[in-house]
Amino acid sequence: MIELENVAYSYGGGELLSDITLKLAPGSFHFLTGPSGAGKTTLMKLCYGALLPTAGHLRIFGTDVRGLGRDDIALMRRRVGVVHQDVKFLDHLPLTENIALPLNVSGRHAETEGTDLEELMSWVGLTNRADALPPELSGGERQRAALARAVIMSPDVILADEPTGNIDWEMSQRLLRLLIELNRMGKTVLIATHDLGLIRATKAHVQARVLRIANRRIQLAGADL
Amino acid sequence: MKRFDIGALRAIFKGDRQADRVVPPSGFTAQLTLFAAGAMAFLAVFALALSLASGRLAQVWGQELAQSATVRIVAPLDQRAAQTEAALKVLQTTKGVASARALTDAEQEELLSPWFGPELAMESLPVPRLIEVVEEGEGLDPVGLRLRLSAEVPGAVLDDHSRWRAPLVAAASRLRLLGWISTLLIGAAVAAMVTLAAQAALAANAQVIAVLRLVGATDDYIARAFIRRFTLRALLGAAAGTLLGMLAVVLLPDAGEAGGFLTGLGFRGWHWVVPLMVPILVGAVAFAATGAAARRTLRELT
Repeated sequence: MIELENVAYSYGGGELLSDITLKLAPGSFHFLTGPSGAGKTTLMKLCYGALLPTAGHLRIFGTDVRGLGRDDIALMRRRVGVVHQDVKFLDHLPLTENIALPLNVSGRHAETEGTDLEELMSWVGLTNRADALPPELSGGERQRAALARAVIMSPDVILADEPTGNIDWEMSQRLLRLLIELNRMGKTVLIATHDLGLIRATKAHVQARVLRIANRRIQLAGADL
Repeated sequence: MKRFDIGALRAIFKGDRQADRVVPPSGFTAQLTLFAAGAMAFLAVFALALSLASGRLAQVWGQELAQSATVRIVAPLDQRAAQTEAALKVLQTTKGVASARALTDAEQEELLSPWFGPELAMESLPVPRLIEVVEEGEGLDPVGLRLRLSAEVPGAVLDDHSRWRAPLVAAASRLRLLGWISTLLIGAAVAAMVTLAAQAALAANAQVIAVLRLVGATDDYIARAFIRRFTLRALLGAAAGTLLGMLAVVLLPDAGEAGGFLTGLGFRGWHWVVPLMVPILVGAVAFAATGAAARRTLRELT
């Protein structure tokens, strides 16, 4: 699905990530951990084409990101669901329309897929907030909404950056179950998180691999958890 | 790019309720765009009226007057009739003259009445006799005619109108040029104004654009949402401005045939179609300007 080959990324100052080689196979479940500022968000952004690697090769669905035009990137993002750390919505549209936005921009209509939308809204516990505007939502509600928006297109890959940051344990378990279900349906999942409890809870249900970013490089940190 | 433009045009007219909603409504700037487009269209209608009217005037002066000349017989009253006869004879044998006719007393009285009032005793005044000469073909040769007249009719003065016609025609032509330049400038100002408004809207909606890109919207989709909004706004404003402008032209007080240049300001016949093009052109300008601004802004984002 997503392959990184000796990928490096540097900001003006210096290299943040170097020599990253990683393959997210179809149907795999990965966690990404590491200290704050280690580059978890940057790696996520590389994976959906928001940033381009400064060295190495990054292939998304078999195509090198450098060869993708702007429209190719747009089409690629319809197959990748992204949950940002600081979730952004269209603040003037009610929540339902925000969650259905990926359907609308890709020319599919929310009305025809209404049952899915309702089911998804109830799964993330936002049914009674359907008509609220995004600025009226709490931090946890925003993150749940972001996850719903990320998965509504039934994407092949789900990238989530701290999706459970503001959410209580019970709700985060619920979101995790959604992600696990999607993974069982063959979706590739990558979650960046600090929450070791979440990782442990997941490992009880699926075979998840844990990647750790340290010293600009990525390591497989499986057994010690 | 071609495909984009056609698709965008189609979308402008068909519309996509969902796509329209992704751009937040912006009350105040929306009204400013409407107002500016309306004001520009109103001005454009007058610039067009000026251009067309001065064009008409230049044509009238250039063509109709070029085909006529006047011979004035300034002679003591007792010789006037004889000299008029002699001048007419000369004119009849002059090349380029279609017809020559001495004005009657009644006609001359009519010409002078705006200045001297209706109850004028023509007989008591040494008013020169006027001969109206209508030219044909290449027109007459004023120098040759003057020579012949001075030899045979000492009191005859030829006025071929070119002396006072040329500067009028030049003035009217220049006025027409200025009118067209004003129209073009108004068009350019509309483009600049819409570009600024669209640029401001795109900048103010950076978050909207980022969200749309994140969920997989293509540049076309995002650009269309903005293009549609600004094109429709400009079109609507321009339509209102044009309507008011045309109404104002219709309501201009009419001084009738005798009216000079200013009261001739307006549209005649098919010229009424010309101002109707203003909203369409403003819409087209807004479409192109917003499209360019949107593409420029989007290219800089991921």
